[in-house]
Amino acid sequence: MIRPEEWQVLRLTVVLAALSNLSILAPGLALAWVLARGDWPAKSLVETIVTLPLAMPPVATGLILLKLLGRRGVIGKYLHESLHFDIAFTWRAVVIAMAVMSFPLLVRTCRTAFAQVDPRLEQIARTLGASDPRVFFTITLPLARRGVVAGSLLAFARALGEFGATIMVAGNIPGRTSTLPLAIYHLVQLGQDAQAYRMMLISILITFAAVWLGERLVPRGKEGGP
Amino acid sequence: MSLVVKIDAAWPGFRLRIDFAAEHGMTGVFGRSGAGKTSLLDVVAGVRKASRAFVKLNGDVLADTAGGIFVPVRRRRIGYVPQNLSLFPHLSVRRNLLYGSSDGDGGEPFSLAHVTELLEIAPLIEREITHLSGGELQRVALARALLSRPRLLLLDEPLASLDADLKARIIPFLRRIRDEFGIPTLYVSHDPMEMVALCQDVLVIELGEGRQLHAPGEIFEQRVETVYRFRASVGQCD
Repeated sequence: MIRPEEWQVLRLTVVLAALSNLSILAPGLALAWVLARGDWPAKSLVETIVTLPLAMPPVATGLILLKLLGRRGVIGKYLHESLHFDIAFTWRAVVIAMAVMSFPLLVRTCRTAFAQVDPRLEQIARTLGASDPRVFFTITLPLARRGVVAGSLLAFARALGEFGATIMVAGNIPGRTSTLPLAIYHLVQLGQDAQAYRMMLISILITFAAVWLGERLVPRGKEGGP
Repeated sequence: MSLVVKIDAAWPGFRLRIDFAAEHGMTGVFGRSGAGKTSLLDVVAGVRKASRAFVKLNGDVLADTAGGIFVPVRRRRIGYVPQNLSLFPHLSVRRNLLYGSSDGDGGEPFSLAHVTELLEIAPLIEREITHLSGGELQRVALARALLSRPRLLLLDEPLASLDADLKARIIPFLRRIRDEFGIPTLYVSHDPMEMVALCQDVLVIELGEGRQLHAPGEIFEQRVETVYRFRASVGQCD
């Protein structure tokens, strides 16, 4: 039913999106917690910066990434010259583009979930002798788990569909950086509409599954999205 | 034991000025809702910071803003049972009870077996928190605090959410705790009956101010007198 070349694109997309998701999970949870519980001066500024990729044109975000990570970019130049390590136009750039674009969704959903955990429970856990990490892993995280899982799936779905930033910083190299959305775009440009539609269907199915699962895990009216 | 508390702090829209030393047993903290009773417990437990506070328990200074001392909440060994109990809803009764003691073998009288027997919750131990009644929840919360081997107990309106019948049944448990464990306790309530039934001394807080310890009988009598005089003056003595 699914052709080998389609499998290959699907597998690449899912693996890279999963990698992106894994890489943002820990920093995303940490930032979400700090935003939910902390009260510090530059908080709204940090919130805005985190949310920026959600509202900016993805191509602009991609351009910034390219200027940072390309062979002549601020970070990319150093990595290329001293370590012979390239990021731009490799699968790594795809993961970074996906991570940057889906990070806000993860952080915003988790922040809402953490904020809904009664701070009193955390305080009482501390009076019972629990350290901050223990309070987080035994009280806060378990009680916010639905929101965290939902946020993670939402971020995963966003990563699957990432196009603008990816094409800027990773190009469209078949078998290496060509994810589902890029493959669809490429096929349409070549006039191979029938194949493009097949890819489109695959992409709808997999995104549907991720978003649906996320919705199922969040009880309606209790924990909101971003 | 001795507990010395001096607080002079302001939060948006609220000021708390407390100065008292409690010597022994169960000390009542009495006042209307909004008087600052819970804020006092929060500052003593360390979960709320005050701009100026001094808390000394059995010779150990737990907080001294002037001297820059602030012992972290988890090292204070203060058993706090807040008004909403704050039992962990995702954990079983057993895991709630053992949260602060890990093995439940804190040496008598703080063993899991002894505490659950004393509070008559041994049969509930394998249940889920969400399947308990109000009186059961109250006793589980008390047991959880006791099992952490506290040096001071803070009880915030332990009976307020219970009906009169349940109240009467929980009071003997509170007496047992007071008499068997000998842990100094601050007992917050707005009900003079509870003060008389349980406390040796009472700190009265009014509009965020509390300085003096009274004998509970004193307050209670004043209350009755006031009510009596009020009724007499409007001429309806039923």
